[in-house]
Amino acid sequence: MSTEEENQTVFDVAAASMLTEELRDVFASGKTRSYEWRISQLKSVIKMCDEHEEDIADALHQDLSKPKLESIVYEVLVSSEVDWWYVVQISMLKNSCALAIKELKQWMMPEKAKTSLLTFPSSAEIVSEPLGVVLIISAWNYPFLLSLDPLVGAISAGNTMVLKPSELSPATSSLLAKLLPEYLDVSSIKVVEGAVSETSALLEQKWDKIFYTGNGRVGRIVMAAAAKHLTPVVLELGGKSPVVVDSGIDLQIATRRIIVGKWGCNNGQACISPDYIITTKDYADKLVDSLKKELETFYGENPLESKDISRIVNSNHFSRLTKLLDEDKVSGKIVYGGERDEANLKIAPTILLDVPRDSLIMKEEIFGPLLPILIVSEIEDSWDVINSGTKPLAAYLFTNNKKLKEQFVMSVSAGGVAINDIAMHLAIHTLPFGGVGESGTGSYHGKFSFDAFSHKKSVLYRSFTGDAALRYPPYTLGKIRLMKALMTSNLWTILRTLLGLS
Amino acid sequence: MEGLEGTLAELRDTFKSGRTRSVAWRKSQLRGMIEFVQDNEERIFQALDQDVGKHPVEAYRDEVGVVAKSAKLSLSCVEKWMAPKKGDLPLVFFPASAQVMPEPFGVVLIMGSWNFPISLTLDPLIAAISAGNAVVLKPSELSPTCSSFLAENIPKYLDPKSIKVIEGGIDVCEQLLQQKWDKIFFTGSQRVGRIVMTAAAQHLTPVTLELGGKCPAIMDSSSNPTNMKVIAKRIAGAKWGSCSGQACIAIDYLLVEERFASDLIDLLAKTIKQFYGENPRESTSLCKIVNKNNFKRLLDLLKDPLVEASVAYGGSVDEEKMYIEPTILLNPPLDSQIMTEEIFGPLLPVITLDDIYESIDFISSRPKPLAIYAFTRDEKFKKQILSRTSSGSVTFNDTLLQFLCDSLPFGGVGQSGFGRYHGKYSFDTFSHEKAILQRGFFPELEPRYPPWNSFKLHFIKLAYAFNYIGLILLLLGLKK
Repeated sequence: MSTEEENQTVFDVAAASMLTEELRDVFASGKTRSYEWRISQLKSVIKMCDEHEEDIADALHQDLSKPKLESIVYEVLVSSEVDWWYVVQISMLKNSCALAIKELKQWMMPEKAKTSLLTFPSSAEIVSEPLGVVLIISAWNYPFLLSLDPLVGAISAGNTMVLKPSELSPATSSLLAKLLPEYLDVSSIKVVEGAVSETSALLEQKWDKIFYTGNGRVGRIVMAAAAKHLTPVVLELGGKSPVVVDSGIDLQIATRRIIVGKWGCNNGQACISPDYIITTKDYADKLVDSLKKELETFYGENPLESKDISRIVNSNHFSRLTKLLDEDKVSGKIVYGGERDEANLKIAPTILLDVPRDSLIMKEEIFGPLLPILIVSEIEDSWDVINSGTKPLAAYLFTNNKKLKEQFVMSVSAGGVAINDIAMHLAIHTLPFGGVGESGTGSYHGKFSFDAFSHKKSVLYRSFTGDAALRYPPYTLGKIRLMKALMTSNLWTILRTLLGLS
Repeated sequence: MEGLEGTLAELRDTFKSGRTRSVAWRKSQLRGMIEFVQDNEERIFQALDQDVGKHPVEAYRDEVGVVAKSAKLSLSCVEKWMAPKKGDLPLVFFPASAQVMPEPFGVVLIMGSWNFPISLTLDPLIAAISAGNAVVLKPSELSPTCSSFLAENIPKYLDPKSIKVIEGGIDVCEQLLQQKWDKIFFTGSQRVGRIVMTAAAQHLTPVTLELGGKCPAIMDSSSNPTNMKVIAKRIAGAKWGSCSGQACIAIDYLLVEERFASDLIDLLAKTIKQFYGENPRESTSLCKIVNKNNFKRLLDLLKDPLVEASVAYGGSVDEEKMYIEPTILLNPPLDSQIMTEEIFGPLLPVITLDDIYESIDFISSRPKPLAIYAFTRDEKFKKQILSRTSSGSVTFNDTLLQFLCDSLPFGGVGQSGFGRYHGKYSFDTFSHEKAILQRGFFPELEPRYPPWNSFKLHFIKLAYAFNYIGLILLLLGLKK
């Protein structure tokens, strides 16, 4: 579709309905079910990444860095923060594709299931089948990865799909709208660009699955819309992910891991980045000193000038974050940073010590470069602090104490837990990635992505022998005993009953 | 409802205390459940007779037996299910360990249905207990005897601090649905399923919806000339033998080639007589229709003149006894209500096709059913059914037994619901799979940290590609 046409046609409910009908016809043709189709699409995703690395980097750069850097040539970009994130995003995506290509045959194989005496003689299997026509709505903070990683899952499972990239990362959105039709099967994989009205038009349609990445407010809207059509949803949301820091650890390594997880992950604008720290009173000052020192080695004395740090995505989020900082009971708690540059949408890494728990900054997900530190008298008190809020997407603990690790894993509920590191659990494809409670429902990555877009169909094969009369009416009380024995697989009673001994 | 908030607060406190998480608690509750059904078998039979006129044999097979079997299985497996699973790790993460650990959701709501008021209420409860949750159980108000029986007796056998039974009608359901739950498990109709999910969305609560749909049976007579009698029994068993067709996995309609239709109907008629005698109205083996509303709904389906004209067998009713005779209809119009809505009663439309292979398009052009039954020996046909139709389950050459197979997940797809249970899947349905990564502090990979430069960029690319040789070359300065 050319740009002129795009401007003329409005994407409304009627257009959305036509689009899903078209995809439904393609799905019904069976085209997307074949192993060959899935593999060819996955290979094309890799090819697209390889051939357009620079374009992708440019788009991400436009969406998340200073606008005036736009014209800078690719080579210069190589050392910027955004660049690190384009590398991570492309690498992770290519990994997902490579894994799916390698394992797909295995994933698609029906799984044998055991059968019992009750259904003897029989055999059973569980068949993975595509759900049908699916909708993927993605987020602006990792606009490339969070659009295409679910897409890889939907392709692997053999679905037709619509991808709706976030309108808050417009450059990546339009790049995806341009590239996907060039590389992937346009009849089965569509990109719809747009904001609220387009998304609403899409949500009115009947989908076989909706995969949404974003915030809880929109998550509720998505799920309520899905309820009308009884559509299952995966909601990848966020939450306040805590970091508990125990004393007696290698503080430098811990601090560096925290810093990369917080400010090195899109300047805190990531669903799994640390939201706040909990530590004990006597350790807090040491921790703050170490954070300050390492932040300076990473970003220099004036972090607002550092090209290694992302900007805030837009002015709405910028003012939301400054409001959190400017709350009376919070503004005096800043122990590091706090500088901001509204023209360039930059906020320096900011540490706040001992903020009150009823402050705004402790009530909502921060999603930015502010890091409050809470103080508890015993480190074990942290569990209650965490559990008094909603369940986060990730929970982190730094400790050498084995007992603490066990307690943490047992008593803190979160989508995922990483001990002595930040965010790395998401790079491991044998671990499901997803939330619980307010941080979402459903999971993906690796085989979990395939499963998220598949229906597991139970299949039971029987023959015509082994037809016990007791299954059928007329019912007599004598049939009960044998049935009891059968259902509990009690061979002895079955024999006795059949022989008339009991 | 007064005190609902209080009840929930108590359950939240109990859950928070960790009481329901221990293996000991879970096992003691499962034992309590087994004891409950053993002690109360007769009373359960009576309650079921009262509510839906279920014969004790049917009541044992579909209710008491199901619960006992499920509780015993969970009791013997729960410890194994609770154990964390190891995940493989790539070398770049060394030294580290990855695990997936199941943990209970918290406080969950289970809404049962009236057609199997014991098993479809207690089987999900067993699942929730096995996974270590605190539970509110809401039995269906349309099976009032069973509902009040459960409310009265469950607290005597199960921990009343962690498991509550709340009775009531629509108003109570509405109030329950306004609360925040950590999981809702609903068995019932699509209409109410939508209401439940919409309410759950307010709190981002995950739901399992066990709904129904029009489950077809495909009769491929040409590949099955010798087993007709067995097949007729299995079909009749899955239409009238399970709560008079008031079951979500009951056969809704039958697809057969035209040339075999009249023989099949004759055979089914014979089977009905064999099962229920010359006068099925007097048979104790046939369930009644649950209530006036459903009775009237079923009569309305028959009232359509074109549908009425298609009755090939049966058709008599007795409102006083809430009885509808096992009824077979030959080719009622496809746009009539009986062919567009789930029947959920003892009426069996037989739809004829020129070629049995047409059944695939017939089924796939309609909403996805909970179950498909196919009687065939044609392997090619089996493959096509599996790959070109979608349903919760497919059973070849039998009916209903998929429900009793612990190793098979039970649940729908599309309009027949989502989420699944039975066996280990029951445990999974009420558990959150928590991903856990544990690392040490050493060794530390410098290229993870800013300030960024092109060396770090290459390093990261190679590490993500698990290109270890490349990594070594890079570190030795041999690669650019």
